[in-house]
Amino acid sequence: MIALLRRDLALALRSGGGFGLSLAFFLIVVMFVPFGIGPNSATLATIAPGILWIGALLACLLSLDRIFQLDYEDGSLDLLATAPLPLEGVVAMKALAHWLTTGLPLTLAAPLLGFLLNLPAGGYFWMFLSLLVGTPALSFLGTFGAAITVGLKRGGLLLSLLVLPLYIPTLIFGAQSVTLHLQQLSNATAFSVLAAISLFTFALIPFAAARALRVNLR
Amino acid sequence: MFLPDLGKYTVPVLGAYAVALLLILILTVQSLIRAARIKRDLAETEERRKHHD
Amino acid sequence: MSLWEYANPRRFMRLTDIVLPWSAGGAALLMTVGLIWGFFFTPDDYEQGSTVKIIFIHVPAAMLAINTWFMMLVTSLVWLIRRHHVSALAAKAAAPVGVTMTLIALFTGAIWGEPMWGTYWAWDPRLTSFMILFVFYLGYIALWAAIEDPDTAADLTSILCIVGSVFAFLSRYAVMFWNQGLHQGASLSLDKAQHVADVFSNPLYVSIAGFILFFIAMVLLRTRTEIRARRMSALIARERQEAA
Repeated sequence: MIALLRRDLALALRSGGGFGLSLAFFLIVVMFVPFGIGPNSATLATIAPGILWIGALLACLLSLDRIFQLDYEDGSLDLLATAPLPLEGVVAMKALAHWLTTGLPLTLAAPLLGFLLNLPAGGYFWMFLSLLVGTPALSFLGTFGAAITVGLKRGGLLLSLLVLPLYIPTLIFGAQSVTLHLQQLSNATAFSVLAAISLFTFALIPFAAARALRVNLR
Repeated sequence: MFLPDLGKYTVPVLGAYAVALLLILILTVQSLIRAARIKRDLAETEERRKHHD
Repeated sequence: MSLWEYANPRRFMRLTDIVLPWSAGGAALLMTVGLIWGFFFTPDDYEQGSTVKIIFIHVPAAMLAINTWFMMLVTSLVWLIRRHHVSALAAKAAAPVGVTMTLIALFTGAIWGEPMWGTYWAWDPRLTSFMILFVFYLGYIALWAAIEDPDTAADLTSILCIVGSVFAFLSRYAVMFWNQGLHQGASLSLDKAQHVADVFSNPLYVSIAGFILFFIAMVLLRTRTEIRARRMSALIARERQEAA
C-alpha cells in the first residue's frame, strides 16, 4: 500500500501537471473575485471564507480525472485489481495521494490567499483547519466520481456534474465553520459535522468506488 | 367568462397551472413519441430477422 | 406466485399491457377531477386569496419529486442485488418523470412565492433542497446517457443513485442547518389536522391520487419503451455478429 502511495506521489510530482496546476487555478479564481464584484474590502471580507472554500473545491475538481485515467489506459489498473491488495485499499491510497498533491497544498495556500480577500484576522486559523479537515472528503468523493467515469472517453465534464452535488454538505459545513466563528457564534456543530462527513467518506467511499471500478474493468 | 374570479392573483394562479400543465404535456408527448418510435423500430428489426433466418 | 415473477421482461410486458391503460385512464380522470374541483370549486383562502389554488399542483408534484428518487433508489438496489433488468430500466425510466415533477414544484413554488413572500426565489431550506435534488437528477440522467453498454450503465447509475441518496439526504440537513426558512411545514400530515382545511384537502387528495397514477402510467410506459429499446439493440448486435 505504501509502495502504491509512493508511486502515485512520484508520478504526480514528476509529471508536474496536477500539483502546480490546481494551485495556480486556485490563485486565479481568488484573484478574479475582486475583479467581478469590486475591490470593496468590507464586501470581500464577508465573502472571503465562501470564496476560498469554493475556489479550493473547484481546484480540487481539475485533477480528478487523472486519478485513474492513466492507470486505466496503460493497463496497470487491471493489474492492481488482480493484485493481493484489495481494490478498496487501492482506491483509498489513490484518494490519499490525490489529497496530498491537491488538497494539502490548497489548504496551505488558503490562508495566504485569505490576505488578498481581506479575510478578517480571526478567520485564518479556522480557514486552515476547516480545509484541512474537509478537503480529504473532497478527494474521496472525487475518487468515487473518477471511478465511475473512468471508462468514458470524455468523462471530464460529466465527472464535475456527478461530483459537485456530492460536495454540497462539505462545502456548507466547511464554509460555515469559518463564517460562524467570524460572526462570534459557536462553530462547534458545523466543524464536528464536517469532520464526521470526512470520516464517513473514508469509511464508505472506497467500497462504492471499488465496486464502480470493478464494473468498469469487467 | 366562466373562469372563477381570481382577484388580483389571476396571473400567478393561471401561470402556475399553465406552466405545470405544459411540463406534464411535454413529458407525456415525449414519452408517447419515443414509445411509438421504439415500438415501430423493434417491429421492423424483428421482421427483418424473421426473413433473414 | 411472487412479485419477482414480474421482473421477467415478458411477464412485465404482459402485465403492463393491462395495467397501463387503466392507470393512464385513472390518471387522466383523477387529475381532471382534482384540478377542476380545485380550480373552480374551492373558495379563496382568507390569507392567501386565490393563490391557494396552486396547492393542487404544487404539493402532489413536490411529493412525487422526492418519492421518485426513493423509487429509483429501491429499484437500483433490486438491480444490484437480484440483477433484474426490468428494475434497472424502471429506474432509468423514472428519472425524467422525477425531473419534470421537481421542475413543476420549483416553478409553481416560485410563482406562488412571489405574491406571498414577495420574492420568486429565496435560499430557503426547502426550496434549496429541491434545487439540489434537481442537480442530482441531472447527474444521474447524464450518466445513463454517457455509457454505451447497458449493463455497465445500469450498474454505475445504481451505485451513483445509492451514494447520491446518502449525500442528497445529508445536503438536506446541511441546508436546514445553514438557513432557517420561509416555507411552511408539511401541508399534509396524519396527526395534525390544522394544516389544511377540508375544503382544500379533499380536492387535494384527488389530485395527489391523480398525480400518483400519472407517475405510474409514465414509468410503466417509459419502462416498456426501455425494454423494447434494449431488445432491439440486442437483436442488432446479434445481426452484426452474424454478418461479421
